[in-house]
Amino acid sequence: MGTTRREFVRTTSAAAAALTGLAAVPSTARAALAAADGPAPSPADPDIRALAHLALDAARTAGASYADIRINRNRTQSLFTRERRVQGLVDNETMGFGIRALVNGAWGFAASREITRDEVARVARQAALQAKANSLTIVRPVVLAPVTPTPDGTWRTPIEIDPFTVAVEGKVALLLDANAAALKAGARFVNSSMFFLREEKTFASTDGSFIVQTIYRTQPSMTMTAVSKDGTDFQTRQANDIAPMGKGFEHVRDAHLVENAPRWADEAVQKLSARPVDVGRYDLVLHPSHLWLTVHESVAHPTELDRALGYEANYAGTSFVAPPAAVLGKLQFGSKLMNIRGDRSQPGSLSAVGWDDEGVKPESFDIIRNGLFVDYQTTREQAPYLADYYKRAGKPVRSHGCSYAQTWADVQFQRMPNVSLLPGTKEQGWDDLIAATDRGIAIIGDGSFSIDQQRYNAQFGGQLFYEIKGGRIVGMLKDVAYQMRTPEFWGSLDMIGGPKSYQLGGAFNDGKGQPSQVNAVSHGCVPSRFRNVNVINTGRKA
Amino acid sequence: MSELRSLGAAARYLSREECEAIAKQALGYVTVPGARVNIGSGSRGNTRFAVNQVSTGGDSFDTTVTVTAFVGSDADGWRSASSTTNQVDEAGLRQAVETAERLAKLAPVDPEFMPELEPQQYQPAQNWSEATAALDPMGRAEAVRAITAPATQGGLVSTGYLDTRAGANAVANSRGLFAYARSTAAVLTTTVRTADGTGSGWAGASHHDWNRIDAPALGARAAEKARASRNPVAIEPGRYTVVFEPTAVGNLVQFIGNALNARAADEGRSFFSKPGGKNKIGDKVVDERVTIVSDPFDPEVAGSPFTGEGLPTRRTTWIENGVVKTLNYDRYWARKQGVSPTASGGSLRMSGGSSSMEEMIAGTQRGLLVTRFWYLRPVDQRTILYTGLTRDGTFLIENGKITRAVKNLRFNDSPVFMLNNLEALGTPVRVSASEDGGPGQAVMVPPIKVRDFNFTSLSDAV
Repeated sequence: MGTTRREFVRTTSAAAAALTGLAAVPSTARAALAAADGPAPSPADPDIRALAHLALDAARTAGASYADIRINRNRTQSLFTRERRVQGLVDNETMGFGIRALVNGAWGFAASREITRDEVARVARQAALQAKANSLTIVRPVVLAPVTPTPDGTWRTPIEIDPFTVAVEGKVALLLDANAAALKAGARFVNSSMFFLREEKTFASTDGSFIVQTIYRTQPSMTMTAVSKDGTDFQTRQANDIAPMGKGFEHVRDAHLVENAPRWADEAVQKLSARPVDVGRYDLVLHPSHLWLTVHESVAHPTELDRALGYEANYAGTSFVAPPAAVLGKLQFGSKLMNIRGDRSQPGSLSAVGWDDEGVKPESFDIIRNGLFVDYQTTREQAPYLADYYKRAGKPVRSHGCSYAQTWADVQFQRMPNVSLLPGTKEQGWDDLIAATDRGIAIIGDGSFSIDQQRYNAQFGGQLFYEIKGGRIVGMLKDVAYQMRTPEFWGSLDMIGGPKSYQLGGAFNDGKGQPSQVNAVSHGCVPSRFRNVNVINTGRKA
Repeated sequence: MSELRSLGAAARYLSREECEAIAKQALGYVTVPGARVNIGSGSRGNTRFAVNQVSTGGDSFDTTVTVTAFVGSDADGWRSASSTTNQVDEAGLRQAVETAERLAKLAPVDPEFMPELEPQQYQPAQNWSEATAALDPMGRAEAVRAITAPATQGGLVSTGYLDTRAGANAVANSRGLFAYARSTAAVLTTTVRTADGTGSGWAGASHHDWNRIDAPALGARAAEKARASRNPVAIEPGRYTVVFEPTAVGNLVQFIGNALNARAADEGRSFFSKPGGKNKIGDKVVDERVTIVSDPFDPEVAGSPFTGEGLPTRRTTWIENGVVKTLNYDRYWARKQGVSPTASGGSLRMSGGSSSMEEMIAGTQRGLLVTRFWYLRPVDQRTILYTGLTRDGTFLIENGKITRAVKNLRFNDSPVFMLNNLEALGTPVRVSASEDGGPGQAVMVPPIKVRDFNFTSLSDAV
């Protein structure tokens, strides 16, 4: 379909530019990308390839020793409802490119939405010149770990149903039906939504890589609110046991919102009459729908190398897992049951890709083995910092493929891959852990979360809290939050679910960096028990 | 350097005439009874630094156009949907209009539909600065060096972020409404740590005018705090008298602003709810010395002169002398409740008093000084209860003097309780109160002294 459509856009765009007085001289490449609902750009497309080479040549001419370009088209669709009403129905498409240039050991980055030959060349020069300005303060020049170039890479999230091909009426009807089911079951208010993303990105670098990827992510969600009869209390139940996934519309279908809504609504109503928790120390049995967030905050973030090196000190913070030489292979992070792995390949996970945003093919890597900290999350710029450790361990100095940028307008940097708690060898699950617990609290779903800038002290709430006595659930609790110090908490892990109890939770909008960028990651988890954890009561009178 | 300077050419954004032309063009493609076009356009520049050198930076330019289509009639009801694109040529605009129309036709009738506004009159925006618009990568690098060079000399480790934005927003609709305003924003924050990692200090400033941000002074302040906060000691968590620096006050008072939604209050799911479907307008909720307003035309905390629907913004008093004066009503809820819709422009200014920080400290027998908070998250909407931690400068006050650095603390408390336990207020200043160091909301608040603030645990984080 390409040519006709391209010709059309090229002609009409020029006319539009003349009309509005904007300096837009569209190239054929830009037009190829603009093909509305057409196929994603192919690495075989000579226009895209020519544009990428133009950018890389311009950056090199301006003094760059290394440069890369990402040309992105991100399409999103969101639907928001409350009760019987659609509050928002929004399609969003953003397209542009970003060029990163390394000059004198310093980075520069510039981006623009105008995908034209002139603009690409101008922005490449701008990135290189900015790098020169930035190099004035350079103390330690950037060194990149080697990468094997991929001259013709393609990757696509394996999905069953492209969410952008599913009719909007059906999506709206599904949400309104789910809302009706929740209201019927006793919710006073209900909000529901769907969010879909398709990220098409072309990456090219002066190392000789040229990679085209199409990534999908899908998030259905619902929140039920129950209000007490006397109007003095309200409680919410977020259905966050339905995790966001790197899947297509099949994820919405399989979430069975209409069938599950009455249960979620009933749970919100039950929370109104739940018993306020008595403060004290309890054994906690944590469901994967809850524990993923504790893993995310207390394990995945502190094992990011940029944090450990001080690069995020002004916002996200540093890390207690530092300095690298003192902790790699030496820090006992948790109990021997604790095995943590990074990957970007689990089917349906949010972080799954073929290559990261600097052309590295990610591989799975152990972060914590039998409770011992053994490796950080890295990018090409970061891996050389660990060269001595890798040499001693007999490992190559290689990026783990953790580079990501949220859109074309943002520079790529280290973002966490999927970071997962591996199952134990014994096949046991949620019910077995409860049955083995004498006095404790079982927590389902993630709630309020907060953690300090070095990831020591954290406080987590949840969605549902159940009191355990003598191996049985005896009632629902409310106003529960637990406070922890990370190494003690993970050291108290004494029971862990088996392979059949493993499931993915996930964060759709994990924030890091300045300007803050969002990243989507999954965390595999099993039900787990932690001993003697400090629980507080968060209920107060207004 | 002239080559680098030349990069600085003025920030790119669309002029009023360009926005009018795009709006007219897009509205010209509309085939349904009503439509609105929102245009945002501008340049963003940032420089990050870490370990005393620039780590990354970025310059980007973008324009986005959102078309909202309205389908139906007063008799049959109205449906709507939106489509956003950043391709503002004919093909891009046509496609955005077509998508919005197609989706709107598939949407159910909206029982809360509000007709588009007629043309309105707007006051001129107060938040444009040529100095901000003209700051280029070289200028940013120089500002950064004013922090990193002294830090290096002093054996300290500086990290930070400088972010500037210059752009324009416009709204137009099929009833002839058109609004356009330019704005700038700048923010510089820095965290300076001691080389041994036992001390950390922060300073930051935010203003629409880059000339109002003093990079060397911020660097010096963060360095001083880093040195003073070395080797903190543990104290027992519990209820303390606290002197909050303005940034810490801004961190917390923003949450009262976020909780002012009238509909949530009337629906019984807010701190501002009262039994029987009533709300707390007219009730005294905090100390009578507290007044909180949004004034988009206050040059110190300026906001937008119009809302996304094109409603002119105006000064809004939320809390006056401790009493709730109004809540935030969108156009639908305002009509339903028979009041005027709120259009506050989004900034926040809290009243102050005559106490200096020094006087507050001098008058404290035993208490804490808090520089700022971190990882603030809601715990209970019923009381606006939040949790979070102190960070980058937490000190013990004994017998009227700062005596030593203390370890950071987690609190579980509400800004409403805090403003009920007021002992003293100082002079309001503009703060950088966003957690991520972006420009965020324009916030101006005083330092305050408060009794019985609830700290629940200790953190080893520096």
